Amino acid sequence: METSALNIVVLVKHVPDAQLNRQLSAQDYTVVRTDSILSELDEYALEAALTLVEERGGAAGGNNITALTMGPPAAVAAVKKALQIGAFEGVHLSDEALAGSDAAATSLALAALVRHLSTAEHPVDLIITGMASTDGESSLVPAQLAARLELPQLTFAASLEILSEGAEADGGARKAVIRRDGDTEAEMIAAALPAVVSVTDQINSPRYPNFKGIMAAKKKTVTTLSLADIGVDPAHVGSAGSWTAIDSAQARPARTAGTIITDEGNAGVLLVDFLAAQKLL
Amino acid sequence: MSAVLVFVDQHGAAADAGLSRRTQELLTLARAAGEPVAALAGPLSPAAHACLGAYGVGRIYQSEQSELFDYLAAPKADFLAQVAGELQPAAVLLENSAEGKEIAARLGIALSAGVICDAVGLDAGLHAQKSVLAGSYTVTCRATTAISIITVKSNSVHAEAAVTPAEPVVEAVSVSFGAASLAAKIIDRSATPASGRPELGDARIVVAGGRGVEGNFGPVEELADALGAAVGASRAATDAGWIEHSAQVGQTGKTVSPQLYISAGISGAIQQKAGMQTSKVIVAVNRDAESPIFEIADFGIIGDLFTVLPQATEEIKRRRG
Ligand SMILES: Cc1cc2nc3c(=O)[nH]c(=O)nc-3n(C[C@H](O)[C@H](O)[C@H](O)COP(=O)(O)OP(=O)(O)OC[C@H]3O[C@@H](n4cnc5c(N)ncnc54)[C@H](O)[C@@H]3O)c2cc1C
Repeated sequence: METSALNIVVLVKHVPDAQLNRQLSAQDYTVVRTDSILSELDEYALEAALTLVEERGGAAGGNNITALTMGPPAAVAAVKKALQIGAFEGVHLSDEALAGSDAAATSLALAALVRHLSTAEHPVDLIITGMASTDGESSLVPAQLAARLELPQLTFAASLEILSEGAEADGGARKAVIRRDGDTEAEMIAAALPAVVSVTDQINSPRYPNFKGIMAAKKKTVTTLSLADIGVDPAHVGSAGSWTAIDSAQARPARTAGTIITDEGNAGVLLVDFLAAQKLL
Repeated sequence: MSAVLVFVDQHGAAADAGLSRRTQELLTLARAAGEPVAALAGPLSPAAHACLGAYGVGRIYQSEQSELFDYLAAPKADFLAQVAGELQPAAVLLENSAEGKEIAARLGIALSAGVICDAVGLDAGLHAQKSVLAGSYTVTCRATTAISIITVKSNSVHAEAAVTPAEPVVEAVSVSFGAASLAAKIIDRSATPASGRPELGDARIVVAGGRGVEGNFGPVEELADALGAAVGASRAATDAGWIEHSAQVGQTGKTVSPQLYISAGISGAIQQKAGMQTSKVIVAVNRDAESPIFEIADFGIIGDLFTVLPQATEEIKRRRG
């Protein structure tokens, strides 16, 4: 049997660069989004999609990869970067009412967006995300998105395969199979498509955009949608639609500079002296 | 007094097993915020029964249905949603493991309830403390919904039994699973070999090695064993295959805050720091004086780990006689 084409949505997030000094806003404790980039962990999701699609003959084989983001106007940069790396098209959900959305509100908007994009002629087969965003760090969104879409959740994938054969028992549905490495055991987990998959940084080595990709991206389309376009009530998202709130935030005091010594032959003993003085032995 | 439901997963636990320290910590927090009630997935050993009573749990909702363990996260969320629907607790508390967070995430959707994860503290009013942006801020947050769902990191509270123990009544629950919940099936499991050392996430002391160990974790492991510590690693070391991935500390590995973190041959990249900079005391051994790890070290040694670590190990052994 010929491997059939895949219509993949990759969720990408525009996040403050972790190499710089990241801050919470003094007013509402939301993350300050200047100097933002495509979340590094989403590059693994995009690479996983590109690998699957290239194995199936790319665009010529009828495959598609849509990079999708939700965020303020500047967040479109994450989609553009994904297009340079190799996504085929982009979608940007942008609406002032989305500001301050927690994981639950974010997953509500993203679920509506995925439903909007999944048409009878072009149903979405796979939604791939990173294991977490590098700013929120919660990993809640992939699980909540799967729950809202009532799709199987294959999360923290360290490997991902789509199998077309041997699935007769499931009415011929194609299957996604992932490996998930836990502390005490590794699990193989399978589910019929469509499914939500989140991938770890163990799954692949993401490619960088090259000159050809950067030029090609200029011709790719980015569709901007509002909440009204996808039929979401603004009251259900943003700070108003969120189910959690931050009451206060304190910058953690910077660690005070400690004692730095150069080994002159006895640093191991001095280390033990230090531990003893700190009552850590 | 409103109920606070604690998820207790005893799947695969030995017949004589009690409750893990993490569960005891959750029960301690639950009791401070209300009446502790357990939702138990798996068998109830006499030791676990006694322990729940000692922690003041008067009611146990139990299910041993095989679906709970054959699929990823979703059936466990269905179980908790069913129990919470009946009990209407003020909060549901879970472990902060990858699975705990995913169960919490799904439960949040099922109950239209706010989810707080990575909590390191929880008060009686269900306000949670957590670190955000890789430990650069501490925030106090809460769910604004009738039920709060909170996953709590281990070591966030000292586990303490109740002053007045309870005699738990067990109620068997037959969970009706959603069709979509029985979708992601676990088709194979293979156990990862145990190291015999303390678990990284819970350890009081961690000794971690990076690219500087050049394939030889011996000096790191020997110092760890002399200190009764867990062994950690940078991603450079786990990517190289020198040590298992579960030892990775950092943004995409474990977040640890032990009493003592000894970093050897690790440069201190932002993604590594994200996993260890809330440690109480940080010691760094690195050949390169310019290495960023020294910016956060309480005690830094510019030197070769292959001489400094073995000397420290010997000295500890000598002092202990
Ligand atoms: C998306 C993403 C996620 C990541 N997640 C993580 C994560 O979770 N955890 C993590 O650690 N990294 C993570 N990284 C990688 C991180 O950016 C660094 O590349 C990594 O931490 C470097 O590991 P290292 O310090 O061991 O190696 P290096 O940066 O190469 O440093 C090695 C150090 O060893 C010292 N050294 C060498 N020989 C000796 C010797 N004999 N004695 C003493 N010192 C010596 C050197 O001076 C140097 O400072 C991630 C990266 C990305 C892009």
